[in-house]
Amino acid sequence: MVFFFQLLVNGISIGFLYGLAAMGFVMIFKSSSVLNFAHGELLAFGAFIFLTLVTWAHLPIIAAFVVALAGSFVFGFVIERLFLRPLIGEPLIYVIMLTVGIAAIFKGAMLLLWGGNLYIYPDFLPLAIGIKWGVVNIAPVYVVSTTVGLVFLVLFGLFFKFSSQGIYMRSVADNQQAALSLGVHVRRVFALSWAIAAMVAAMSGIVLGIINGINVHDLSSIGLKVFPVVILGGLDSIGGAIIGGLIIGLLETFTGGYISPSLRDVVPYMVLVGILLVRPYGLFGLVEIERV
Amino acid sequence: MKKLRLHQCGNFNERYEQELSVFETDFGRLWTCIGVCVLFGIVPFISSLYTLYIFNVIAITAIAAIGLNILIGFTGQISLGHGAFFGVGAYAAAILATRAHFPFLAALPAAGLITAIVGMVFGIPSGRLKGLYLTIATLAGQFIIEYVLVHWESLTHGTMGMILPPAEIFGIQIMGERKFFFLSFILLIIMTTAAVNLMRTRYGRAFVSIRDNDRAAEGMGIPIFRYKILSFGISSFYAGFAGALWAYYMTSITTEPFSLALSVEYIAMVIIGGMGSITGSIFGAIFITGLNELLRWITSILMNIHIGGAVSLTIAPLRELVFGLAIVLFIIFEPRGLAEVWRIIKSSFKLWPFSY
Repeated sequence: MVFFFQLLVNGISIGFLYGLAAMGFVMIFKSSSVLNFAHGELLAFGAFIFLTLVTWAHLPIIAAFVVALAGSFVFGFVIERLFLRPLIGEPLIYVIMLTVGIAAIFKGAMLLLWGGNLYIYPDFLPLAIGIKWGVVNIAPVYVVSTTVGLVFLVLFGLFFKFSSQGIYMRSVADNQQAALSLGVHVRRVFALSWAIAAMVAAMSGIVLGIINGINVHDLSSIGLKVFPVVILGGLDSIGGAIIGGLIIGLLETFTGGYISPSLRDVVPYMVLVGILLVRPYGLFGLVEIERV
Repeated sequence: MKKLRLHQCGNFNERYEQELSVFETDFGRLWTCIGVCVLFGIVPFISSLYTLYIFNVIAITAIAAIGLNILIGFTGQISLGHGAFFGVGAYAAAILATRAHFPFLAALPAAGLITAIVGMVFGIPSGRLKGLYLTIATLAGQFIIEYVLVHWESLTHGTMGMILPPAEIFGIQIMGERKFFFLSFILLIIMTTAAVNLMRTRYGRAFVSIRDNDRAAEGMGIPIFRYKILSFGISSFYAGFAGALWAYYMTSITTEPFSLALSVEYIAMVIIGGMGSITGSIFGAIFITGLNELLRWITSILMNIHIGGAVSLTIAPLRELVFGLAIVLFIIFEPRGLAEVWRIIKSSFKLWPFSY
């Protein structure tokens, strides 16, 4: 029973992080309908910037966190400006291939810069925030990850609901041409969605790095695990991304715990194929019926 | 006697058959014949074993790249699982050859067929879904196939790998680079001819119409689902065929090379070569294989120069970086790939000196 609860807790916290990572992905997809295959690399980039700031520049944790997020924000802008802007209006196939190319570039560059080793952040979380509830022990990392996940979820909810930029982004997602004709600066919205997505990705990268240690290969494979999450939740639903993340996270930890650890990484993709066959628009996605 | 068609400085086709012809001019036919003669008559006897090895790799990857181009370039469906399908072909050949004692000539197409069936299974989601979703489904296929290859140990020996008997045709053992050169290039020519001619049939035209506008294609009475699956099957057949050939060439295989990186490599070939061009895929295979060898050479030089072991330069990340860069640069600056560059070079010769 203890084992079960421990898995449950781990699954939920990992799931929140998957959800967060997926949120950035959904944001890009919603505003510009680009499937971002470089999302895992954005995650890894944020985590490595944070690592460099903490261990090499010796910044305090909070400052390093803020600087890493700001850096990723700018990084997202730059990616959009350099690579995606020239392709606006080109067939989708080129844009998807482009993100595959970008992913390869970043992964290669990060491997050259930091190597394929596993790094661990210096221990900075106070043990006091860990929760011990009966026999179930919740490690500080999991508390932090869940809290960060919840906080950002609420923040993004508010951002999309009330801020003018958030409303612009929703309008572009809804109908690009109509938004354009009503005076929304669509290109700026694209850039902003990339920047925000990079920032969110960096944050989930940092927290995942605290849990598992950081390694280019591991973190960039998370970027591919985002696909089962978003397909399950619905490609264009931010709430769905979180729910999908939780389901996939739980599924993974339970498979790893009860069946076999090696199956753990493949189960999400098996689910993915199943969902694609049965309910391709996911749990909360927009149902687009087009029979061709 | 038929009038020879030599240099033309424009499009003078009067009938649809002319538009469909493989060679635009008899000049092209002549050059192709010369090319084939040089390829088989001169190249294998003057090149070193290392050069022949590169040629063989090019021929094998070109077959797989042509297969992917049929899917991406002609049917407009993106597959991120081509590397895994290549692996399925390699393992199918290995299992057929060692367990069922299939002769080489039977194992090759059989491996292709098995891969085609596997590919069609992962292509089923395309019946309900368009572009994006299918890409994701093939991504899932990549991971699932990789998992199965590693963990179905009773059949694939897992990470231990498998060893194949040497290829044998009518009692002649195909061993060594030079003998394999003839085999791989004859197969490449057969597969290329098949692909070029497939694209001239109703099936090829149906594929192109699905790529260009699937709703219109459906309206014209093309059963889209069936053709998409067919395209998937043909593409996987090519991948499996090339994989089987590769397995026979390498004589021992492990699960390691058939990763997502290989799939990306094939996509790079198709994009760099030019989507929707069979010759383009061959250019792409030449470009990527050449780049691979060039990078290996550069890293080995850098390793020798390097003093002290602070930064160990390995080929894998550098390769990934350069491939990614090549994909991105080609998409931004020449989305139609090397085939288009080749066409421009050809036409500038053809139209000289009155190019306007």
